Amino acid sequence: MIAFLIKRLFHALLVMFVISLIAFSIQNNLGDPIQQMVGQSVPESEREILREELGLNDPFLVQYLRFARNAVQLDFGYSYIFNEPTTDVVLRHLPATLELVAATTLLIVLLSVPIGVYSAIKPRAWLSRFFMGASIVGISIPVFLTAIVLIQLFSIGVSWSPFPGETGWGSWLNGLVSTEGGMPAYGRGDPVHVVGTWYTNFASTEGLVYLVLPAISLASIMLPLFIRLIRAEMLEVLQSEYVKFARAKGISLRRIYFLHALKNTMLPVITVGGVQIGTLVAYTILTETVFQWPGMGLMFLNAINRSDIPLIITYLMIVGLIFVITNTLVDLIYGLVNPTVKLTGKPA
Amino acid sequence: MTTQTSPQQAPPLPSRWERLRDSYLLYSFKRDPIAQLSLLVFVVFVACAVLAPWLAPMNPYDLAQIDILASELPPFWIDGSDPAYVMGTDAQGRDLLSTILYGARVSLIIGFGAVALQALLGVVFGLLAGYLGGRIDAFLMRLADIQLSFSTLMVAIVVGALVKAIFGSATFSTYAVPLLVLIIGLAEWPQYARTVRASVLAEKGKEYVDAARTMGLPSRRIMFRHILPNTLSPIFVISTVQVANAIISEAALSFLGLGMPETHPSLGSLIKSGFDYIQSGSWWITLIPGAVLVVLVLVINLLGDWLRDVLNPRLYKG
Repeated sequence: MIAFLIKRLFHALLVMFVISLIAFSIQNNLGDPIQQMVGQSVPESEREILREELGLNDPFLVQYLRFARNAVQLDFGYSYIFNEPTTDVVLRHLPATLELVAATTLLIVLLSVPIGVYSAIKPRAWLSRFFMGASIVGISIPVFLTAIVLIQLFSIGVSWSPFPGETGWGSWLNGLVSTEGGMPAYGRGDPVHVVGTWYTNFASTEGLVYLVLPAISLASIMLPLFIRLIRAEMLEVLQSEYVKFARAKGISLRRIYFLHALKNTMLPVITVGGVQIGTLVAYTILTETVFQWPGMGLMFLNAINRSDIPLIITYLMIVGLIFVITNTLVDLIYGLVNPTVKLTGKPA
Repeated sequence: MTTQTSPQQAPPLPSRWERLRDSYLLYSFKRDPIAQLSLLVFVVFVACAVLAPWLAPMNPYDLAQIDILASELPPFWIDGSDPAYVMGTDAQGRDLLSTILYGARVSLIIGFGAVALQALLGVVFGLLAGYLGGRIDAFLMRLADIQLSFSTLMVAIVVGALVKAIFGSATFSTYAVPLLVLIIGLAEWPQYARTVRASVLAEKGKEYVDAARTMGLPSRRIMFRHILPNTLSPIFVISTVQVANAIISEAALSFLGLGMPETHPSLGSLIKSGFDYIQSGSWWITLIPGAVLVVLVLVINLLGDWLRDVLNPRLYKG
């Protein structure tokens, strides 16, 4: 166990090292910090002195070590846009993204497990076929398009009148195909302050309403994947010997499905799921752009558009850290939950 | 097609066409209406995209043909439409139908180009990693792991942002198509490499590889002439899905402003440019290209699903 832990930590450090190298070479090669600092009128000789003072002429290794020392202390310099330390900027935007991801995860877990299990237990039922069909359509819709359609339907509203409106039935049917609109689809409203830079949307009904559309569209990209994964795993488990044996013993089906089979279904789901929750952070860039959700993704896109290199680097390092932490945790949890995983690397 | 006439083969090999006719692939295709419909729609898409310059009522790249006064006209079934513009016009007065045809062309070119690049990188790296093993394997697979743990979209966005920052917006716009192929290709090769490596590992232990090695054939020949043909069916399956993924990635990059410029829009940049006008009620500029994109990706995914079921009987059906 300890050996496994150390190995995983070493791997995590290696990944962070690679990311920091990439981040450093971005910082080193993109743009000239002197040009950002001084005006046009400063002569070349003074620029050279400044460059020497800032250590920009030092060898690569020295500069990288300086960068790494600052990085460990989470000091990546000042953001050009906000004119304050980049870490503060990222920390201010982090809670919004994390809350969006949390709400999405909740949606995914609550929906994918019952749907996946149901379509594995009753693969021929029309409802399962519908879910399978819907999931492949869901995979084919880009997340930003889902978001736009949701905005059109529930924020702007659609008034269709394909039926004659004079009769009672006609107007009722027209009402059925039209939508009200009015859902908030811009920003995160007026979140409640919790502590430090953390303002939460979970504490008030109004805040939750603001979360609905962004969370649904972010969930729409992952939900089909999870439904299909859970269904496939469950189908495999249901064909295994021990399930057949349990059935032969006359144990109630409900007990077999939810106690025996579901446990083993969830094992691979944890690994894939953990990694996918990490990648949700990537999709937040798209969702936050559509909904102008003031999180890290939107901040990152603004930083790219305005070439705010320190902010880009900070985002990369912090998101990299989030990815590495989730992946390592997922591996560890998987090892703890699944006794057949050889944690030590020794033959069992 | 039966040009190989070595002395051992007394009865001539069935021709390619005969082999296709008797194959399980064609048999299951004939029995699967969804696959047939998907292929039909896909072929229509490709044909429309290829023939766009002849099919489209106007050339959206030609500024002389664009009439700004005709901007934001609705499609034909809504009041206030102009019969000259069947699908309406976008905010710059371009005919939406023509722009979509040209946009689908750009999306398909980038999709196929990026997959070709991915396949090249992935197959070479996968073969090397699987066949040679050792340090090369460890290095390449670790690299693939890291890239995959970041999700291909994230890698594409970051690489796209960097490429744009290095070249500057103007140069980026000029060379957007090859650059996007490069970005998406670099971001998504690990999928291929993993698949190829797994099947190479399975093939490596077989006797024909041992035989080839005993004969003293060079590794390169064994890898590309002996093992590669036997790993083609997973490559085939993954390629279909990857085309769909590449098209979605391109659309996502364009939507974020890291892709095709609005003067040469892909479906993604059309959706982006229309999104700015959705609040003013001009939903068609964004939703019609969106629907086209979804149908295109959906039929490719359906074809991929069907191929996976046919070529990989281990997986579940229906």
